Amino acid sequence: MAKPAGDINAGSMADIAFLLLIFFLVTTTMDVETGIQRRLPPMPDENQQAEVEQINKRNIMVVLINKNDRLFAGGQEMHITMLKDKVKEFITNPANLPDLPEKRENDIEGFGPVMVSRAVVSLQNDRGTSYDAYIHVQNELVKAFNELRDEFSMQHFGKKYDSLDEDQQRIVRDAVPMNLSEREPREVTTRRR
Amino acid sequence: MATFKSKTDKGLKPLNTASLPDIVFMLLFFFMISTSFRQTERVVSVKLPEATEIAKLDRKDLASYINIGTPIPAYQGQFGTDARIQLNDTFSTIDDIRDFIAASRESMSEADRPFMTVALKVDETVRMGIVTDVKQELRRCSALRIMYSTRRQAENNSF
Repeated sequence: MAKPAGDINAGSMADIAFLLLIFFLVTTTMDVETGIQRRLPPMPDENQQAEVEQINKRNIMVVLINKNDRLFAGGQEMHITMLKDKVKEFITNPANLPDLPEKRENDIEGFGPVMVSRAVVSLQNDRGTSYDAYIHVQNELVKAFNELRDEFSMQHFGKKYDSLDEDQQRIVRDAVPMNLSEREPREVTTRRR
Repeated sequence: MATFKSKTDKGLKPLNTASLPDIVFMLLFFFMISTSFRQTERVVSVKLPEATEIAKLDRKDLASYINIGTPIPAYQGQFGTDARIQLNDTFSTIDDIRDFIAASRESMSEADRPFMTVALKVDETVRMGIVTDVKQELRRCSALRIMYSTRRQAENNSF
């Protein structure tokens, strides 16, 4: 029988492992992709362009950012910090004013009738608007809807929207729909290259 | 050659480093699992805007990226400092987006295609005109799920 081999010197094992570790540290990224997720409206069919859905004027809130990043919402200029509350007030219409959006009773499956606001927030921007301003406004609008959803789910389920189960989330989504439209840009044909 | 002479001749045992590789391997596996390889080299510089209402992109493999920003200094002589679109590794125009979307769709499995998300990585100083053009083109390509890539906002401040 052969002489039993001595211990393999594993001292350099750590060096090899460190080398691999450093290689992976350098060549990989850990950043999690985060952002505001939206859905674009489908392109209207060219044949049926004429029939545009008519929305009652009282149900629309126009949020406009001009080329100097000035913000106009609901017909008046305002600072971005006021936008969220303005939008929330517009959507909920707490005093049932005649010039704020109407509500319609909707029967939601598995929950029952809920007064659903018919409000639509229309975001418009200029070609010269800066992306930063645009994202800030998007963010405030999404925040307004998210807070309304949270309020609704706190009221009816006693939990925040995120911690509800899937079925309850669907109910909340139906009760507080995110009607955020982006207006068709006016001049699509004159593109800048 | 310099050597470290131990002052203690009383037979202090050397530190046992046998478990060091195990520790390092553990770190290695952690990084191998939690990170991903850099896919493309940026040719435009992008500083993402900040936002608070952000959602995580759950399937990174279903995302295709469109970068928009000013060219990095090395390319500024050739392409100027106006905002440009980057698809994959090269400067592109609006018209290339159609092929780019088609190619990314092609590389996905049939079942995943409806869930393809286009992540728009746009520099915060870019004007909306070019972004609107890209969005219109995406609508034409029926790539409707988009994500405006943003950073998480550190503290509340406004523009």
